[in-house]
Amino acid sequence: MLIIKNLKASIGGKSILKGITLEVKPGEIHAIMGPNGSGKSTLAAVLAGREFVEVNEGTVLYQGKNLLGMAAEDRAKEGIFLGFQYPIEIPGVSMVNFMKTAVNEHRKHKGLDPLSASDFLKMMREKKEMVEIDSKLANRSVNEGFSGGEKKKNEIFQMAMLEPSLAILDETDSGLDIDALRVVANGVNKLKRSDNSFIVITHYQRLLDYIVPDVVHVLYDGRIVKTAGKELALELEEKGYDWIKREVENNVIA
Amino acid sequence: MEKDQDKILSDVTSGEYKYGFYSDIEMDRIPKGLSEEVVRIISSMKNEPEWLLESRLKAYRHWLTMKMPSWPNLKIPHIDYQEIIFYAAPKKRPLLNSIDDIDPELKRTFDKLGIPLEEQKHLAGVAVDAVIDSVSVKTTFRETLAEMGIIFCSFSDAVKEYPDLVKRYMGSVVPYTDNFFAALNSAVFSDGSFCYIPKGVRCPMELSTYFRINSANTGQFERTLLVADEESYVSYLEGCTAPSRDENQLHAAIVEIIVEKNAEVKYSTVQNWYPGNKEGKGGIFNFVTKRGICKGENSKISWTQIETGSAITWKYPSCILRGDNSIGEFYSVAVTNNHQQADTGTKMIHIGKNTKSTIVSKGISAGKGQNSYRGLVKVLKNAAFARSFSQCDSLLLGDKCGAHTFPYLEVDNQTAIVEHEATTSKIGEDQIFYCNQRGIATEDAIGLIVNGYAREVINKLPMEFAVEAQKLLQISLEGSVG
Repeated sequence: MLIIKNLKASIGGKSILKGITLEVKPGEIHAIMGPNGSGKSTLAAVLAGREFVEVNEGTVLYQGKNLLGMAAEDRAKEGIFLGFQYPIEIPGVSMVNFMKTAVNEHRKHKGLDPLSASDFLKMMREKKEMVEIDSKLANRSVNEGFSGGEKKKNEIFQMAMLEPSLAILDETDSGLDIDALRVVANGVNKLKRSDNSFIVITHYQRLLDYIVPDVVHVLYDGRIVKTAGKELALELEEKGYDWIKREVENNVIA
Repeated sequence: MEKDQDKILSDVTSGEYKYGFYSDIEMDRIPKGLSEEVVRIISSMKNEPEWLLESRLKAYRHWLTMKMPSWPNLKIPHIDYQEIIFYAAPKKRPLLNSIDDIDPELKRTFDKLGIPLEEQKHLAGVAVDAVIDSVSVKTTFRETLAEMGIIFCSFSDAVKEYPDLVKRYMGSVVPYTDNFFAALNSAVFSDGSFCYIPKGVRCPMELSTYFRINSANTGQFERTLLVADEESYVSYLEGCTAPSRDENQLHAAIVEIIVEKNAEVKYSTVQNWYPGNKEGKGGIFNFVTKRGICKGENSKISWTQIETGSAITWKYPSCILRGDNSIGEFYSVAVTNNHQQADTGTKMIHIGKNTKSTIVSKGISAGKGQNSYRGLVKVLKNAAFARSFSQCDSLLLGDKCGAHTFPYLEVDNQTAIVEHEATTSKIGEDQIFYCNQRGIATEDAIGLIVNGYAREVINKLPMEFAVEAQKLLQISLEGSVG
């Protein structure tokens, strides 16, 4: 699905990612954890095609294609979905219109005809029920006046609508109460199949009570410093990130 | 980061004008320049009655004493009125009674603009008065409407056939003394549309005037006079385009609306005059006086305008709310891209009791465009319990454009409630990227965001035109994303 090799990236000349190597196979859920400022969101931004991040070195293959050479909208249509840490408000643009445009762009890319209005509304209804989103949210303008929790749920709803092959959730759990957290986790669990993959970026272990990752990575100072199974998340929860930092520093000295 | 965004926006906002072609039509033109002689020539070419010539001459003499207004927030180059041709008309064929009498090139021109002159081909439910340069060439559905007593014809025909109505109402809302361009128009106007809806009649179709400037070095000066008698209703739409030329051309029009008791007029404009090229060369100067009076009680005027064209726009569609309980509305989207300038807004004059006005203005600036909202809400002494609400929003695309708001409030009655809200926002790289990430290309994303921003106003347009307006907004802001 995704093969990242020695990825180095910077923002405004400041080096952030310092050589990331990572492979995600179909059907896998990867969790990327790490302290603030370690480069988690930058990694998500590079994968989604954000232009302010400069890629300095390395390769990213997505389904065998060179991801870094593709425009952001093409990556989306090829099946990459980014759940935003801070979803953006677009006043006056209804969710219906927004999603209809997006879904039909995806269909066009696959050589399919646009959905009829009634088929589209039916699809919206089904997905709304699936991710247990309040039906009124979908009738409002994109994220406008949504609470923090509503915005995150709306990301999951959009993910359900677009059925990505690779979904990257950038701290989708931050600032959520337990109910919203459950909605987000249930969404992921319902959408998980053997042929799609998830990268769940999170600061806390909490979300991983609901979403069970196959692999957990710890990102620190722009590098993946530890990779293990789901038990690593529990260890981090218990001990915090300091022992990782110490371990890294000792290695550097040694 | 900023740089990237500005590049994206500048790419996206450099679309091409689609109506810039010129048609080779045989024309009658008078020599360029303006004098009392020219005013007399225009009047005599139209075989006008003496009273109209007198009124023109009065206006002309008054105009000579006036100066161009200097208060707008616009940089207007010097206009040499001796270099403008004040009258140009397609060569007359013997009689323009049937569609077959119209020059085929003229028909082709309007076909190309999407305004077929044949009734059967036209959008169902829309009657059109087609004006090219100085004259109206065809008014569709005239007979159908006449059966209901509705008069819809060119201004020239109205002068001949309904002189009493024209005499009674012309200049009653916008007198020739009103302003510089109104005086100029009153002296040299050549044609336009006239419409009268009789008592108790709901006009069954949209009435519209399509204005086309075609000839070079020619000014267009037309008038629209719209009278809605008691208990009547009409929805009226105007559209405009012009060829792309390096020289500026002047369009100075007058629109007057008279609304009697319990009647309602909805007046919509989709203005797409040639805006000039990317360097700011050429384009139409659109200096227009539009005003309506709610004469009777419970009457209503609603202005909706989508302004995407013109190099310079100077217009303030206004309502005089004289009848008790009368309502004035103004909904506007004005786009300025490249070097376009707009100083536009409205005046709401509350005279009657319980009068209400609503103003929603949405400015969109891109490129080096400068967009100003200028609005006056005036509540006179006797306008007890008047209410007015204004909302003025500005959207900036890029960092070289500007948005300005000049609200004027004059309230002389203590029971009045007058509210004004204003916001300015920038279309964000974040919003565009959010759309990109959902599979929507930048060009479409900007269209989506801008249309969302303007939705409140676009929703006020007649349905057939709302879709057109949406496309137009998108086209005037986009073009060449690689």
